[in-house]
Amino acid sequence: MLFYSYFKTLVGKEVTVELKNDLAITGTLHSVDQYLNIKLNNIRVVNEQKYPHMLSVRACFVRGSVVRFILLPPGSVDVELLHDATRREARGG
Amino acid sequence: MSGGETGLAQYVDTTVSVITNDGRTIVGTLRGYDQATNLILDECHERVYSSKSGVEQLVLGLYVIRGDNIAVIGEVDDDKDASIDFSAVRAAPLKPVTH
Repeated sequence: MLFYSYFKTLVGKEVTVELKNDLAITGTLHSVDQYLNIKLNNIRVVNEQKYPHMLSVRACFVRGSVVRFILLPPGSVDVELLHDATRREARGG
Repeated sequence: MSGGETGLAQYVDTTVSVITNDGRTIVGTLRGYDQATNLILDECHERVYSSKSGVEQLVLGLYVIRGDNIAVIGEVDDDKDASIDFSAVRAAPLKPVTH
């Protein structure tokens, strides 16, 4: 649940989600759920020339299982804090 | 900020564009969904992208898509969609999802 909580703090920020089919989508993070499914608003696809498949899409739901990684806005992560929290969680709370 | 609703309720009865794990794009009206992202899509068609010719549209009808196979569900702007000349759009098909 740690990363779920962490992503909830990023709501409203602009992120880029890269999928496991190499598609990368930039948009404003609208919401995230327990499966790390993600909803983005005002999206644009990185390299629209190559990927015109979502030209008429303005908002989308990305299934958590197909996310490869998420690019965060600079300064949005306190690495020390997250590091400590992950270790605490690994120890079992 | 805790964020908005992550469910698909706001997409119900609107046009959605679904990208499946094998790279297909299916456009239709979302009629229902569940917590596993299984979808019911009404009056849907597949858009077949090709780098050699324009987009081909195949009529599919009513589909139920299993959540496991879904990558992205996009909310389609109908006006913008209608303004696109798909016969002129050329693009390689999307790659399948590899886990």
